[in-house]
Amino acid sequence: MTEITILSAALGGVIIGLAAGLLLVTHKRVAGISGIASGLLLPWNAESGWRLWFLLGLIASAPLYRVMVGEIPIQLDAPLAVLAVAGVLVGYGSRLGGGCTSGHGVCGIARLSVRSIVATLMFMFTAAVTVYIQRHVL
Amino acid sequence: MIKNLVAGSLGLLFGFGLIIANMTNPSKVLAFLDVSGEWDPSLAIVMASALITLAVMQRLMHLSPETQTSCDGVKQGIDRKLLIGSAIFGIGWGLSGICPGPALVGLSAGLPAVLVFIGAMFVGFVIFNRFHQR
Repeated sequence: MTEITILSAALGGVIIGLAAGLLLVTHKRVAGISGIASGLLLPWNAESGWRLWFLLGLIASAPLYRVMVGEIPIQLDAPLAVLAVAGVLVGYGSRLGGGCTSGHGVCGIARLSVRSIVATLMFMFTAAVTVYIQRHVL
Repeated sequence: MIKNLVAGSLGLLFGFGLIIANMTNPSKVLAFLDVSGEWDPSLAIVMASALITLAVMQRLMHLSPETQTSCDGVKQGIDRKLLIGSAIFGIGWGLSGICPGPALVGLSAGLPAVLVFIGAMFVGFVIFNRFHQR
């Protein structure tokens, strides 16, 4: 069970939106993490530079936060084999579907893209069904 | 170089947002997805406030992405790939409680579990490139 954290959720959301908006201002690019991360695969092109830096910033955020603010709660109960399967599905599915939680769920819906709204409803639905089966059926 | 440093600081900012919103915690994400359990709406609040912030910025500054390299806004219409890909993504997300952003932020936590997930995610990217591109 987790605590409902409305204020930190809203504040964190504003910061995520701000970062995505600024990326649009400075680079004219959408902050879709699956697209940015998969762009690191070879061969590299003119887009790879900023992508690498964006990802390095993303990775650096946690250690910096720990030094400046404090612990980051991470509770991960899934066994390694399940995580391996989940990772492949997340990687393949996000590319086939053209985006993930950030690209479709935040950036796409913010510009009212019908594709992104449909994609978000779809992955929310299959994710909820998966959790339901795992927690309440199996 | 300046553009890269800016991209780096925006990645940092994005990561701080995820951390503050507590979205780097898989059990928090799963508590949102578990609608029949003790439902935690936090993730919906994060998404809503992020996309409202972004939508307001886009409106105020007349922003639109020049090209959509990171996601597929140029494409129109609902096709099979969109539906199947998103469905597959959702199953992986539901199994783990992890999506690409939080996975990368969690990398520095040094948990073998996160490393396995990220490695597998890149395997998924490669499989996609093999079968659908170039």
